[in-house]
Amino acid sequence: MPNTEFSPSIDSRPTYAGLVSQGAAHGIMVADDAGAEALCDLASSDASVMDHAHVLLVGAAAETFGRIETLNPRGLHGAPDLAAATPLIHRLLSEARMGTALYLAGSEGLMGHVSALATGAGLPLEAIQMEHRGSIARRMQCVHCKGITEDVTTDPFTCSHCGLTLFVRDHFSRRLGVFQGVCVDAETPGEVPETVEIRA
Amino acid sequence: MRKLALKVTEIETLSPLVKRFRFEDPKGGALPVFSGGAHITVEMPEGETIRRNSYSLISDPYDGSGYEIAVRREDRGRGGSRFMHTQVREGDEITVSSPANLFQLDLRARKHVLLAGGIGITPFLSQLRQLGMEQKPYELHYAARSREEAAGLKLLPEAAHIHIHISEEGARMDLGAILDGQPLGTHVYTCGPDGLIKAVADQASRLGWPRTAVHSEAFTAPPPGEPFEVVVKSSGKTVTVKADQSLLEALEAAKVEIDYSCRGGACGRCQTHVTACDGRILHNDHWLSEAERAEQKTIMPCMSRFKGARLELDL
Ligand code: FES
Repeated sequence: MPNTEFSPSIDSRPTYAGLVSQGAAHGIMVADDAGAEALCDLASSDASVMDHAHVLLVGAAAETFGRIETLNPRGLHGAPDLAAATPLIHRLLSEARMGTALYLAGSEGLMGHVSALATGAGLPLEAIQMEHRGSIARRMQCVHCKGITEDVTTDPFTCSHCGLTLFVRDHFSRRLGVFQGVCVDAETPGEVPETVEIRA
Repeated sequence: MRKLALKVTEIETLSPLVKRFRFEDPKGGALPVFSGGAHITVEMPEGETIRRNSYSLISDPYDGSGYEIAVRREDRGRGGSRFMHTQVREGDEITVSSPANLFQLDLRARKHVLLAGGIGITPFLSQLRQLGMEQKPYELHYAARSREEAAGLKLLPEAAHIHIHISEEGARMDLGAILDGQPLGTHVYTCGPDGLIKAVADQASRLGWPRTAVHSEAFTAPPPGEPFEVVVKSSGKTVTVKADQSLLEALEAAKVEIDYSCRGGACGRCQTHVTACDGRILHNDHWLSEAERAEQKTIMPCMSRFKGARLELDL
């Protein structure tokens, strides 16, 4: 399954151009289980890219881990979820030098979270390569209580923190790496549109 | 643009070619504060012409008690810097614009590397204070030909992360050594001659720095040249640009409305559409691309001049 094509939206909605090898540059790669596929594709386009790469797999199956291992990256780390991965990402970013390429692959939640950490560490967004693979679930922030709900696949959805029914917007906060959810029935309490699956 | 009528309160010779000027509100009022890297435009009336040059502010951005600039005397210029050096006295009144900033620090950066060549030290003097105040990590490298010419030496604090490179003493600035191995998230800022700016951009791209982490400011005062004429399309009026006048200054003197900010070919604000051009535009700006220059459909009146039979501007 290649890089997901999202339907055109507002200009601020992130788009993901896909991963392209930066050759001999040092690399930091972060991917989830579906995104690991994109790393394999990257390695088959340029096997040497793995010689300089630290790979961090988030919530990946053992089998996926094994597949990446056979690509012989310079370093390979695993974490069960984004929260557990965050300190490691901070460490990799803080030890990295200018010229390091950042490759992110997988869900929008993962890419949004890691790119927010990276831009917070001073890396310009343009220097981050991203490729969307797998679920189109979103990481949503409730604009009312500021709580973040992971893996949102329907619109509207219920905020896992304050319980409001939220409309899934294409507005994205790059600083936080989340889409914004807004109360759908603020004016007409209880009048909630039909729930539909989020589409790409 | 808002103008401020100020008083010259201090003039100090920093080097044979560079003087420092301090301006204050005549009634002692507070001036608008600014951010590191900002500049003001100074009006220099001489006879019937008013020249306007922009200079980086070198004083503390958080200090509204006065503005300070450092002016290098360019004897082959239009006469603006010579006017500052020879005509302006302490106690004089002087009109300046309120500060504008085209060379801001990217405060998301994890570290800032500042590279100055010669008089290009000026914007960094205010940025240093901002970085110090915000406690951001930085290093500054200041390159000059000789100690005598290095006007910035008197204005720089002594600090471990401030490095002076005097080429006459064999201590040239080694860009490779400076840029290699900087931590991820570093931004580099260069101000100085075009050659230095280009060398930094080349070195940074060789090391894989993202282009958006590389900043520069090359602003020079407009050069003099041969006089020429320009036609203003809306009124059909012909305006003569004198040898020691910029096109922008000539248009202003003819009361043609035109927008500007840096007056040094760096901000893009004065960009003007050319409706007829029989001749060659002498592009002196840092704004237009090579392709745009070749087209001769746009001109930056703050810097550029013309040689030929007819130039008509969409004004
Ligand atoms: S005024 Fe800034 S480019 Fe002309």
